[in-house]
Amino acid sequence: MAIQDNFPLRSSLMSVLWDIQRKRRFISRDDMTKIAREFNISRMELEGVISFYHFYHRADCGKYTIYINDCVISQYSGRNVIVAAFEEAIGVKMGHVTADKMFGLFKSPCIGLSDQEPACLINFQPFTNLTPFKIKEIISQIRNGKRAYEICDTPKSVIQYTPVIDKTVFCKPYTPYSSLSFLKKYNPEEIIEEIKKSNLAGRGGAFFPTGLKWQFCRQNKADQKYIICNADEGEPGTFKDRVLLEEHPELLIEGMIFAAYSVGASLGAIYLRAEYRYLKEKLEKVLFKYRKEGKLGKEISAKIPFDFDIYVHLGAGAYICGEETALIHSMEGKRGEPSTKEVFPVEKGFDGKPTVVNNVETLCAVPRILEMGVDSWLAIGTEKTPGTKLLSVSGDCEKKGIYEIEWGMNMREFIKLTGAKDAKMIQFSGPSGELLSEKDFDRNISGEDLSCGGSVMIYNDTRDLLHILKNYSNFFVEESCGICVPCRTGNFLLNKKINKLILGHAEEKDLADIIEWSKIIKTTSRCGLGQSSSNSLNDAMKKFPEIFEKRLSENTDFNKAFNLEKAIEEYDNIINDLSTTYE
Amino acid sequence: MNNKVKLKIDGKSIQAEGGTNLVDVAKENNIFIPTLCYFKELNPLGTCRICTVKLNGKHTTGCTVKVSEGMNIEVNTPELLDNRKAIIEMLYAEGNHFCPTCEKSGNCDMQNHAYDMGLTVTRYPHVFSDKIVDFTPKRMIMESNRCILCKRCVEEIKTRDGKDVFSFVQRGIKTRVHIDYEQEAKLSEAEALYAMKICPVGAILIKGVAHEQPFGERKYDILGKDVIPSFKSGKAKKEDHEKFIVATTSLAGCFGCHMSLLDIDTGLLDMLEIVEFNKSPLTDIKNFTKRCHVGLIEGGCANEENVHVLREFRKKCDILIGFGECAIMGGIPAMRNFIPLKECLEESYMNGMTSEIGADIIPAHEDLPKLLNNVYPCNEVVKIDYYIPGCPPNAEHIWKVVKSILLGEEFSITHDEFKYD
Repeated sequence: MAIQDNFPLRSSLMSVLWDIQRKRRFISRDDMTKIAREFNISRMELEGVISFYHFYHRADCGKYTIYINDCVISQYSGRNVIVAAFEEAIGVKMGHVTADKMFGLFKSPCIGLSDQEPACLINFQPFTNLTPFKIKEIISQIRNGKRAYEICDTPKSVIQYTPVIDKTVFCKPYTPYSSLSFLKKYNPEEIIEEIKKSNLAGRGGAFFPTGLKWQFCRQNKADQKYIICNADEGEPGTFKDRVLLEEHPELLIEGMIFAAYSVGASLGAIYLRAEYRYLKEKLEKVLFKYRKEGKLGKEISAKIPFDFDIYVHLGAGAYICGEETALIHSMEGKRGEPSTKEVFPVEKGFDGKPTVVNNVETLCAVPRILEMGVDSWLAIGTEKTPGTKLLSVSGDCEKKGIYEIEWGMNMREFIKLTGAKDAKMIQFSGPSGELLSEKDFDRNISGEDLSCGGSVMIYNDTRDLLHILKNYSNFFVEESCGICVPCRTGNFLLNKKINKLILGHAEEKDLADIIEWSKIIKTTSRCGLGQSSSNSLNDAMKKFPEIFEKRLSENTDFNKAFNLEKAIEEYDNIINDLSTTYE
Repeated sequence: MNNKVKLKIDGKSIQAEGGTNLVDVAKENNIFIPTLCYFKELNPLGTCRICTVKLNGKHTTGCTVKVSEGMNIEVNTPELLDNRKAIIEMLYAEGNHFCPTCEKSGNCDMQNHAYDMGLTVTRYPHVFSDKIVDFTPKRMIMESNRCILCKRCVEEIKTRDGKDVFSFVQRGIKTRVHIDYEQEAKLSEAEALYAMKICPVGAILIKGVAHEQPFGERKYDILGKDVIPSFKSGKAKKEDHEKFIVATTSLAGCFGCHMSLLDIDTGLLDMLEIVEFNKSPLTDIKNFTKRCHVGLIEGGCANEENVHVLREFRKKCDILIGFGECAIMGGIPAMRNFIPLKECLEESYMNGMTSEIGADIIPAHEDLPKLLNNVYPCNEVVKIDYYIPGCPPNAEHIWKVVKSILLGEEFSITHDEFKYD
């Protein structure tokens, strides 16, 4: 029996949809009718699920589906040239499928290859550092019968920096199974104690104390508990979890084993973002090895023997599913909408049972902490954030890739490491994080000062800040789940304001509006997406006021965004068309 | 069970049963937390966000808070009141809420909140997105233009075999509630009526019964409170011996607002003691002959000429007042914003029931103003200073506003006078 079979039936919905999508290249009406019957849900509910995720298609998306990153980093790496090259090679424009249904070309938010852009996914296989020539080659090889997996690249794990060996936590060799001896040494409470002492906190960016989360989950009595690894890193510019999944799947699995042992969970899942589907098979192989060695499955040997197993659950394209309650809904085969926060997953999570959701990096840290001992761990980093942090660096710098830094590092020192000589702006912790200017470069990277989930995007003087902000805003508008109005429409309206600024139609009042509207969106949104989506725009206005002032026009009583010539153009065209004879 | 807890709401010490819902606790203590999606203590939805309060200094939705010992809750701070108003305004801007044509008007929770908040206009530009009105089900109509995605119907209406009748589809700004026809057919009459009843706006309608209750006798026609509008400081300035000068115009409107203007009857004579009309259909003065204190605008902008006139008013008047729904949000004419202009013209002049066979004349002449691609609310073309809602606005309401702007007096508007429909 497969592990998935222990989960409620509904949680297999996404994988059923994936099977059909992969075979048929879209999900047809007939398929939907059958699936709805199979899962005993209404057809419209199913349509709601399918239409929530952007990798499920309702129309043929081509035998070879190409996704190109739409993030600003990709644009600055030459995305437009790449798109043009693809369009030329396959003969259709972005967003379309060739007449013979061979190729489909689509855009997607960040695909997690920011250090190797321009990049794309073809049938979810990675192709990195693209050039127009390379694209021609790829397309002709596919036309000659090669499969995407045969000719794809293996994304390199570029580790640019680690601290001295004693202080390195993640990026150093690991002997599989070695940490598992602690299962025999400690009982569950003792492991939770160790993790609490270590001050380890959620590395996805929320920084909730991991030990506490485990303890809460342990305290909630239930016949079934779940451990879910959040491998849905969707914040534009981040790819650190990809590298961990690639280099150290063992650390992750062992981290999950410790979590399961500590809280008393017998089932686990890795929620893998669809953009990393090429890692799924590898992960499953490692899981198989662990199972064969008796490290997963029934009666895992420990001070108190226990059962635990893990399967890989594939996402289908939705940034919001990185939010833990949305992720849980998605795993349940529903729309990935976040919950209200009156009950936490540790009490009622997946299938209504106590559930721990931890980030990849958090879980990977657990075996390392046990291995090196809490005291040595605490000796690294700062008081609030001990240990090291993985940062994904991309943009205008010489050395893109992963940096394992000791918490507390000075920003200027860090910038020096990246080889960025003319950094003007740094988007720290992704578009939902903080935008840094020169003045911030003397700050330190730590929980006390500049906290970070993992994404670091560097921009030099030649980059247009408003263009960057517009790109972020497009992303949030696209990725809002739509359940609450401040986020759903508020972000859309802010996007319009950015347009106004870009076109030079904005006045001082528009800047005041942005500040006021952002505050409303921030304070009333249902989840972290809306609460943080306007951060970068407001930071930008505060830290680079001169850029905005330059774009402002004179204050008047007339709305410059209203263009009379444009507004009557359509009428003119209609009349023109009607009065033209073609004979 | 004795599980009394002490908490504070807006500084007031309150005792309540621990674990009960904050919205209900507040209500019992005469503190009103407005809600749209909340209607059942079990499973609060937390989608509409207007009940956002501050709990121990942090923002959260009131409907999801269960009271416990020592809580300090803020409900009616200026910031929170404005947040609530802003969310209602955003819902108005996002949807296409034409109260004058809505079957639910008078029974609509959202409309009532807007009345209570004295909302005359939304601070956000109207999105005017094209949304489907689904007439397909036998009994029901799903009017997505009015849907605020509160999720009540999605969570609450199920068939007897446990299937959803209403579902969210798409995501982000494109999110909609759609009906599953097969499941809808399974509902009993009573269940279908219940679906219409729990819809806080006019999105779910049952054919044939939506108009049963007469307007004027509906839930919020009877309830509801008077409004004290917020006014900017300063009044119109003039020399003592002069009269105030007022101009009026009707753009893309029906002149109904101007008709309403005359409805103060003999009051008009008192008005003329202090007011002199310049450019206006009332005086038939076609061009401005002097600068005006106040310009009253009826109707939105549907053609070129409307835009020119409106801009002229902005230049010649110190204060502009938009009166009537059309001036404020486009009104009935703006319903064409969801249909391509070409289709509108073809329907009117070529394919309409009364047009001649083979007719292909769409009016076009240099003397005719050109149509705009959309109908624009006035404030999307020029700055408008004040708004008087209604279709048409009540005569008393119009003159109260005009007079108080001219004289700088404070006033209040009765619930009867303040209407969108």
